[in-house]
Amino acid sequence: MDYDVVIVGAGPAGLAAAIRLKQLCDREKRELSVCVVEKGAEVGSHILSGNVFEPRSLTELFPDWKKQGAPVEIPVSEDKFWLLSSKHAIPLPSPFRNHGNYVISLSQLVRWLGTKAEELGVEIYPGFSASEVLYDDNRVVGIATNDMGIAKNGCKKSTFQKGMELRGRLTLLAEGCRGYLSEEVIRKYQLRKQSGAQHQTYALGIKEVWEVEESKHRPGFVLHTVGWPLNTKTYGGSFLYHMANRQVAVGLVVALDYQNPYLSPYEEYQRFKQHPSIRPMLEGGKVVQYGARTLNEGGFQSIPKTVFPGGALIGCSAGFVNVPKIKGAHTAMKSGLLAAETAFEQLSKGSEPAKLDSYWERLQNSWIWDELNAARNIRPAFHYGLLPGLAVSAFEHYISKGKLPYTLKHGRPDHLSTEVSKKHKPIDYPKPDGVISFDLLTSLYRSNTNHEHDQPSHLLLRDPSIPEKVNLIDYAGLESRYCPARVYEYIPDENEKLTLQINAQNCLHCKACDIKDPPQNIKWTTPEGAGGPGYSIM
Amino acid sequence: MKVMVAVKRVVDYAVKVRIKADKSGVETSNTKMSMNPFCEIAVEEALRIKEAGRASEVVVVSMGGEQCVETIRTGLAMGADRGLHVITQDSSSLFPLAVAKLLQALVSSEQPRLLLLGKQAIDDDCNQTGQMVAGLLGWPQATFASKVSISDDKESVCVEREVDGGIETIQLQLPAVVTADLRLNTPRYATLPNIMKAKKKSIQRVTPEELNVVIGSDLEVLEVTEPPKRKAGVMVASVDELLDKLKNEARVF
Repeated sequence: MDYDVVIVGAGPAGLAAAIRLKQLCDREKRELSVCVVEKGAEVGSHILSGNVFEPRSLTELFPDWKKQGAPVEIPVSEDKFWLLSSKHAIPLPSPFRNHGNYVISLSQLVRWLGTKAEELGVEIYPGFSASEVLYDDNRVVGIATNDMGIAKNGCKKSTFQKGMELRGRLTLLAEGCRGYLSEEVIRKYQLRKQSGAQHQTYALGIKEVWEVEESKHRPGFVLHTVGWPLNTKTYGGSFLYHMANRQVAVGLVVALDYQNPYLSPYEEYQRFKQHPSIRPMLEGGKVVQYGARTLNEGGFQSIPKTVFPGGALIGCSAGFVNVPKIKGAHTAMKSGLLAAETAFEQLSKGSEPAKLDSYWERLQNSWIWDELNAARNIRPAFHYGLLPGLAVSAFEHYISKGKLPYTLKHGRPDHLSTEVSKKHKPIDYPKPDGVISFDLLTSLYRSNTNHEHDQPSHLLLRDPSIPEKVNLIDYAGLESRYCPARVYEYIPDENEKLTLQINAQNCLHCKACDIKDPPQNIKWTTPEGAGGPGYSIM
Repeated sequence: MKVMVAVKRVVDYAVKVRIKADKSGVETSNTKMSMNPFCEIAVEEALRIKEAGRASEVVVVSMGGEQCVETIRTGLAMGADRGLHVITQDSSSLFPLAVAKLLQALVSSEQPRLLLLGKQAIDDDCNQTGQMVAGLLGWPQATFASKVSISDDKESVCVEREVDGGIETIQLQLPAVVTADLRLNTPRYATLPNIMKAKKKSIQRVTPEELNVVIGSDLEVLEVTEPPKRKAGVMVASVDELLDKLKNEARVF
């Protein structure tokens, strides 16, 4: 199938780009065919985010979004920031300026964007994984979806369907953080080298949506914490946002450059909920959904060149999260808008092959660039520890605002930051109480994740002997601790020897393993379409 | 020969179901919905019958609010030729008897020789609609089908049924009603080209009034609650204690 523009990923960036293309078509009386493929079973199924939303880009896309009924309804009413110790919560001045922002479910907003896109004539195909980039003489000419109906042993089942090629005059990759095809393209065209960028750094966010008692519900209440349960060497923090319908989004974000291989972000999150100032906010409520996803923390220093022959990277596939603000949806959407405007211009001119080079320039002249540049020194400062980090943040945030001519660099890449297990002690996490904290499999059930069972594992090991030789011995099998879906388990075999078992069916598509594995032996690839989590209000 | 397949839109089987706060039913807003798995199997069987040359047309029908169209489109994307949407105010008042009456009306206007349904829906587990519509139509029925073979002369169908004692094989004169069980087949994936083609296939809309069917409220849902949480097991110290608990607490005898 041939299209003018093929977009991989129906997230905020992909849909903003698709919508903008069609809006320009309407305005300029042109016709462009736009196709969006999405590996989730529905638009929004794989979308997870805090989310305190800055509506700036939504307003650029739809100035009358309120009238059109966008699910952006709860304005931020309180903005709290606490430093936690194991028993206390010390209020600090909030570094955020959330006035004018809204507490939303990004999954819900993306679903709404999907209906708007379809109304404008965008063809959206959920349930199809883009598994391959198509090249023609060093130029990206589209993508191919994966074959469906292959059994675990690799044979074709009776339901076998060959994947399909979707060719585009231009291809936009909007796969989110650590996108499967995006990473391949970044490597192939050396996009980080081209922009002089450093490596990307990441964090893993674990999130639940609770339904709380009416008396405890404060719509628009926004809380962020730092400190306990994470130690001064581990960057991260929690969030707790009151949405509509007595729903509360709560979670913990742990930077993946943590050093202790015994750390479990999931267990840290369960521990966090038991804090005497947090627990009462959730007591009496019940968990509605659970999920996890990695996010970019590299900011300005890690932005690769976003243009390659035949296409571009938009949204978190490139990496535009403003880490101190902890917001990335607004910049993702803006990047989609800029790419769409450039694509429309180029395709209308009719010059073949179409080039998106001016998208890269537009980005550098946009507010995305200003915003990320101003925030660039805050996250890297935490490399020196919590207190230096807070000190530099305060200085940068209130005084210098990124204007001083220094740029702090990131430390080692996340996968090289883990120290060997013999330097650390196992962490004795408390047992779940089943009321506030839960065991992982109970939580996983709440993510609605599922994959067709009889298919090859989508998590590939470059060398199948490395987990037992390296991960288990040097790092105490760390993947069995950081994976928020219990995909990786070391189980004794018939000879009582621990071997790695990969429960691919549990996967939440968070990409933590692809990022954190010290020997970079684990490769996340796309499973059959429609598998994965079923987020609806995350 | 025309084959009609009735399909239902239900909460997706992999979704953790939640009860609404007012206990009036299951939460369906912001919840993934899909075609009932047994209905998918029924559609697949209809398509196989057509591909074997025994049917000329497969019509997919669903009933309820506007979102049923998505479910019908899934059937069209699998390969059905046409869709029929009986549009009602909301789907929650459509109990099996109402659906059976509507199907009876549709059958008399469409005149299919075979009506295929899933054996039951995974939301209500009623397992009634197929049986009721066969009764209303006066047609023979074969439920829990694990194998369906249309005869060469297309006058009868041989069905293997999964029953408690094993497999029962019966032969029915067409026209007939057959409900699909799990092992009948493995439904095909809707391919991207077929999904694209399905957008152009027609879906006819009709109301219960146009079919002269009055949807009565013969059932009223009083309350929907979660099943009681499993209690932790209790260790007993002796056989006497076990007998005592079985008699006096569990009241087994």
